[in-house]
Amino acid sequence: MKYKSVFDIIGPVMVGPSSSHTAGAARIGRAARNLFGKEPTYAEIIFYGSFAKTYKGHGTDVAVVGGLLDYDTANEKIRHAIKIATDKGIKINFHEEDTAVDHPNTVRMKIGNASESMELVGISIGGGKVEITELNGFELHLSGNHPSILIMHNDRFGAIAAVTQVLAKHEINIGRMEVSRKDVGKEALMVIELDQNIEPFIEQELSSSNHILRVSKIVD
Amino acid sequence: MFRTVAELISITENENITIAEAMIRQEMDIHDRSREEIIGQMEQNLSVMEKAVEDGLKGAHSQSGLVGGDALLLQEYIKTGNSLSGDLVLDAVSKAVATNEVNAAMGIICATPTAGSAGCVPGALFAVKERLNPTREEMIDFLFTSGAFGFVVANNAFISGAAGGCQAEVGSAAAMASAAVVEMAGGTPQQSAEAFAITLKNMLGLVCDPVAGLVEVPCVKRNAAGASNAIVSADMALAGITSKIPCDEVIGAMYRVGKQMPSSLRETAEGGLAATPTGRALAAQIAGNNVTKE
Repeated sequence: MKYKSVFDIIGPVMVGPSSSHTAGAARIGRAARNLFGKEPTYAEIIFYGSFAKTYKGHGTDVAVVGGLLDYDTANEKIRHAIKIATDKGIKINFHEEDTAVDHPNTVRMKIGNASESMELVGISIGGGKVEITELNGFELHLSGNHPSILIMHNDRFGAIAAVTQVLAKHEINIGRMEVSRKDVGKEALMVIELDQNIEPFIEQELSSSNHILRVSKIVD
Repeated sequence: MFRTVAELISITENENITIAEAMIRQEMDIHDRSREEIIGQMEQNLSVMEKAVEDGLKGAHSQSGLVGGDALLLQEYIKTGNSLSGDLVLDAVSKAVATNEVNAAMGIICATPTAGSAGCVPGALFAVKERLNPTREEMIDFLFTSGAFGFVVANNAFISGAAGGCQAEVGSAAAMASAAVVEMAGGTPQQSAEAFAITLKNMLGLVCDPVAGLVEVPCVKRNAAGASNAIVSADMALAGITSKIPCDEVIGAMYRVGKQMPSSLRETAEGGLAATPTGRALAAQIAGNNVTKE
């Protein structure tokens, strides 16, 4: 069953006009904000496909920026998000590209501050549902709809076991897990979808496990 | 758990409960949530819909300027007492249009089942409310009943224009509304299913062809058609008319028709009204391009 709740049908409550081009875009922006862990000071936002053609009329641009400011889909401030972000000193640039993409509603975001940067690709697949398909060069399939943790680690034996042991110790159930790496022995990424949000101390414990480089999360 | 309309109807008959109650019980079972929580969340959605209609009737306009103000025109027209199709139907149309005008103006709406089709369910609900004077609980039940039918469509076919054309989006929304109108008016669960089938049959084949790719033209007026269709079909079912093709088979037909629809007629703005000379000219104007005369 693709749809499991009556609130997938009667809902979400959202700023119009489009569940895919507005609500979905806000959710991708917010996932980026969550993964970066703080408000960025700059954002390069590149639209592809239908997003590139219609982003102004659908408010896709303000919605993505609203998400970066941690607004949910029903936050009326989304309409003024670009102005609010600019007033806060966040530098925002939009680009349209006509490169062929797998999904018509695709956005690439490069966000960061003076010391860190992050690049991700998100797609909006309909009815407000989204997926993050690329993070810092890694391919992944992450829906923004569950609490998730993303762990950058060195590709060494024991790294995955160390993480799952910490989760098991705190009785946290894993819903789905995906592992990918750039090359044997190089940087790798674990994506873990959970049934619940994790406490900061567990995040801390994960960060200090063997071979772990960085932990970020998407909260529900 | 119900997967088809036939299963839904048999649950209501075996347990002697309403469709809304069957939906509430399923939601409690699957998600392990309390009745109060679920009803509370639905009441919030109802309040969002009420507010959207209220705002739309004051006049809302989209940024592109393609849509806005029609809900208000209709309300003024109703007041003249000259309406031909009847005040209740026109009131539903006006309130559906109001919701979609607010949506196009980036106001807050509740997707039912999508943003583009958000007008049909509240349009029908708030018009019928004036006649039937339901309690708040009955209005919340209206949304659960709509949701139960939408749930079946979403899992057996599709509910977005990009996937199955406007028949999947406004077609589903209108049919959901019509089933809920029947229940609120005191019809049986089977009559709700008949109304659903009749409405969806009459929306079958409808393409998704938005001018400039925006949720404006013809989406706002399609919601007007959806809301009126919902009320007329509900009356037909309440009069005792049945659908020769059973509800689940109509949903199956909608799915197959959607699968056969070319991508140009599924929200890409490459066919239908979007591809008319005026549709293209409006799109160019909105994109800020110069339109050269040939």
